[in-house]
Amino acid sequence: MVALLLILGLGGLAALYSERLHPGLPRWMSLAVCALALLCLLPTAGASGVAPGTWLQHLRVDWLPRLGISFELGLDGLSWLLVALSLLLGLIAVASSWDEIDFRPGLFQANLLWTLTGVCGVFLALDLVLFFLFWEVMLVPMYLLIAIWGHEDRARAAMKFFIFTQASGLLMLVAIVTLAVTVGAGGQLSFSYFDLLGGALEPRTAYLLMLGFFLAFAVKLPAFPFHTWLPDAHTQAPTAGSVLLAGILLKTGAYGLLRFCLPLFPQASAEFAPVAVALGAAGVIYGAVLAFAQRDFKRLVAYSSVSHMGFVLLGLYAFNALAVQGSIMQMVAHGVSTAALFMMAGALQHRLHTRDMARMGGLWAQAPRMGACALFFAVASLGLPGLGNFVAEFLVLAGLFAVRPWMTLLAALGLITAAIYALWMIQRTFQGPAREELSPTDFGAREMLAMAAMMFALLWLGLYPQPVLDIARPVVDHLLQFDFSVREAL
Amino acid sequence: MNLIALVPALPLLSATALMVTTGRLPRRLVAWLGAGSVGLAALCTALVAAAYGDAGGPYTVHLWTWFAVGGLEPGIAFYVDGLALVMMSVITGVGFLIHLYSIEFMGEDASFSRYFAYMNLFVGAMLILVMADNLLLLYLGWEGVGLCSYLLVGFWYRDPANGAAARKAFVVTRVGDTAMILGLFLLFTQLHTLQIQPLMAAAADEWAGGGWLPTLAALLLLGGAVGKSAQLPLHTWLPDAMAGPTPVSALIHAATMVTAGVYLIARTHTLFLLSPAALGAVAWIGVLTLLLAACAALAQRDIKRILAYSTISQIGYMFLALGVGAFAPGVFHLVTHAFFKALLFLAAGAIIHCLHHEHDIFRMGGLRTRLPLVFWVFLIGAAALAALPFTAGFYSKDAILLSAWEADPWLWTGGLLGALLTGIYSFRLIFVVFFGEATHEPDRRPGWKMALPLSLLALLSLTGGAISLPLAPAFPVSTGHAVNHTVEYIGIAVPLLGLGIAYLFFLGRQLPVDALAGRGVGARLRRFWQRGWGFDTLYQVLWVTPYRALAHLLRGEPVDALYNLLAALCRQGHRGLAALQTGALRWYATTLTFALVVVIAIVLRGAM
Repeated sequence: MVALLLILGLGGLAALYSERLHPGLPRWMSLAVCALALLCLLPTAGASGVAPGTWLQHLRVDWLPRLGISFELGLDGLSWLLVALSLLLGLIAVASSWDEIDFRPGLFQANLLWTLTGVCGVFLALDLVLFFLFWEVMLVPMYLLIAIWGHEDRARAAMKFFIFTQASGLLMLVAIVTLAVTVGAGGQLSFSYFDLLGGALEPRTAYLLMLGFFLAFAVKLPAFPFHTWLPDAHTQAPTAGSVLLAGILLKTGAYGLLRFCLPLFPQASAEFAPVAVALGAAGVIYGAVLAFAQRDFKRLVAYSSVSHMGFVLLGLYAFNALAVQGSIMQMVAHGVSTAALFMMAGALQHRLHTRDMARMGGLWAQAPRMGACALFFAVASLGLPGLGNFVAEFLVLAGLFAVRPWMTLLAALGLITAAIYALWMIQRTFQGPAREELSPTDFGAREMLAMAAMMFALLWLGLYPQPVLDIARPVVDHLLQFDFSVREAL
Repeated sequence: MNLIALVPALPLLSATALMVTTGRLPRRLVAWLGAGSVGLAALCTALVAAAYGDAGGPYTVHLWTWFAVGGLEPGIAFYVDGLALVMMSVITGVGFLIHLYSIEFMGEDASFSRYFAYMNLFVGAMLILVMADNLLLLYLGWEGVGLCSYLLVGFWYRDPANGAAARKAFVVTRVGDTAMILGLFLLFTQLHTLQIQPLMAAAADEWAGGGWLPTLAALLLLGGAVGKSAQLPLHTWLPDAMAGPTPVSALIHAATMVTAGVYLIARTHTLFLLSPAALGAVAWIGVLTLLLAACAALAQRDIKRILAYSTISQIGYMFLALGVGAFAPGVFHLVTHAFFKALLFLAAGAIIHCLHHEHDIFRMGGLRTRLPLVFWVFLIGAAALAALPFTAGFYSKDAILLSAWEADPWLWTGGLLGALLTGIYSFRLIFVVFFGEATHEPDRRPGWKMALPLSLLALLSLTGGAISLPLAPAFPVSTGHAVNHTVEYIGIAVPLLGLGIAYLFFLGRQLPVDALAGRGVGARLRRFWQRGWGFDTLYQVLWVTPYRALAHLLRGEPVDALYNLLAALCRQGHRGLAALQTGALRWYATTLTFALVVVIAIVLRGAM
């Protein structure tokens, strides 16, 4: 685990300086670093549990013992899945920005790798201070990616992204410190996840602390109505930035809810569940309606992300195996399908110098391979059975139906609205009369390779998702041991 | 039985091969792959069917477990009984003939390979639908055929109207599908399985007949069936779906996909039998649909739209049969309808093919002598559609009407009225298209690849009534009532009456059709029917316009206004405070003194 983080972090440095040797070198460095990190990760999949419960790997080194802060990392099925997804999408992100970046390619790749470092750290950290540290680490390079290599309105979008995340992160910091102080009162102060689990808390305190965590994660997820940074950030970010942002950074929010918010405050979460589920359902519908309203290809995909991440929120707050597994599936499947759609957006912009769909149309004739790829990921996005997103959405809704049938009905409307925006997108870009002024070159071998890999992944997730479910299963079982029933008010 | 798994696998493999090669294969090979894979699947089906007769008993094939979470363990697994076998035979058999026909029909199309890729994908998905052993896998096939329908309706993507029709087909059926998946959730939550046979057994065991749970579950499934089978109130997509190539209409929008709803209800009939209310809803939806669609068919001018409305109407008959508990006659009508409606569509396609893409029947005329083969097969198809005695359609429709009479004479009356209208519009089509004066000269004749499927389907439309389907163990045995002969004679006479009326109106011209439909109320009614009873307008006002308006309203992201307000407040605060920082020492000293006085005043006041 440490090796993995070191490879990514130092790889970033190496990429930064390799630029001096040759401007084409950093992207190869990035690819190599991601591949190497992936190699580090692979053997751990089969490792047996080392630490308590479900952990594949666990590491704890004292850092600031007087304050109870340690360098504690842990890898379980959930972390494994998300780290693997991050690294794979890292490869995709590098591939998608292959010849898009001319300005300071070394710095670009370094920021890319540092973002990945932060993300992987978030997925591995088990000390809450360390977690917060990584949470901030992934923020800064992402900010730079948007602010330096973004599109026309990049400064504002980057600032908005930064302020939203930072403000909510501060709430989480306050909650973390309060939690550690409250639980550790009279004894040894500790920020370790395991020491904080099951800590005795006043219901009122627990509720407030839970809200602190929830807000930070809900902004990142993003849940309605904290999502407004996302369309701007996505639209303005360079392709690789969008791929990382949608594919992985959003998942840190979901991961945080699953890892920290729910197990640390089971009772408070149960009380809060109606609100969370309502926000999730609202996000599903709202995101889909707004996606339909967009003219900008990237904004459309961004809003579809809001819609899809609503399903994650729904699943997590249903508190049963079906729905939580569905949420985890949705994280993985959405990571792949949205990354592909952003790559498509980047490819279109690179070729046509516009993201405005009103100026596209009939592209299928000139670029059938692009059209076929776009169609594939559009139908994945609308939840076609046989592809990963369907399994995820089905599990979430099936699980939710058992506890909240009316909310399920509302969220299921999202299946219809998703069909509307996804097909409308295909119509406006690839179908309709061909325009003579547009003559994009079709996908080449490099792009097709990336697309084919993601198609294969979605088909695999859609037809035989069992390996993913099996990896995540101990985590889900562990989570569901907590008591999520609402206690009667005394 | 590896043969069983091969049946859907062959077309799917061929579709994959065609998609991966993205049109780089030579046309000949594409044709062989496209039609050949379906032909082989038909052969496999025939072998399975032959063995089924000997060995008996349903086959189950478990390929792998899709996923297993929280008690839900749907398999990629097939369950082949008589009902599934009947459906498989129709899909692969009729499907093969249509593929063969397509080789010639689509011969000059630039996207030949893409066409066959979609068609094969469709056949594969449809086979999965009817062979699935659990409702989730059925849903996979269900959505898969919906996707293929979307792709094929919008096949000629350059015309935005085709794209709109394709999206309409997908979205309208998705509305039904969403109801259906909610039904799946309900069934799983209550009965803890989605595997069809155990599920039906559990429903029969645990649910009392007539309770609200079985009714709700059945109605939700019915929602899916209504969408896919283009019944009221979700039928509006089918007439527009005629924008696709004509063999597509024959395969998807006549013979197979649109009857998936009938299959679904037949497959889950145990559940429907638990709920008389839901069953009644099925019957009445069927009757209303068959009447409304038959009237609409009377007023159309486009040959494919006539056939589309006729399909809606005929599926209405199938729903009527299911609703009165006559499951076997309903499925029987599904089969005969697949024969004669595929025949009619293919024949219409031959006309369109030979007549420079002409769709308007009033610009055809006199084709009897110019396209004799097409005339004869079309005549046979129309006779079967109208259920004239001794055609295949006669046997199946007769059985449905008799069952309807036993259940409720009102339902029977509706069905009978529909039969009259069917007779009129079928022969209106024949008389207008094939008789009268020729206005257009066909520029070619259908070749053997078109003629052979037409002839075979014509043969089946004539003799299909004699086929006995192996449905007996799948459905409850109907109590053999004594056949009421008067009812039977009326059933035979009414289609003939329809034929006679059509003759008087459109060929003999004894009755003034133009005077009737050209002025006043008649003209208004004709236009109303031509617009399909105004459903499209209604839905436009009810759903489409409000949704667009909502999207337009939200486009500016109203939620952001809140955050912008916050940002504006901060900026104002910044301006206000920045204004204080003037750099003038005198101003600082004044404010400092003043503030000190205020503070001291407050402190003193507090101390007192």
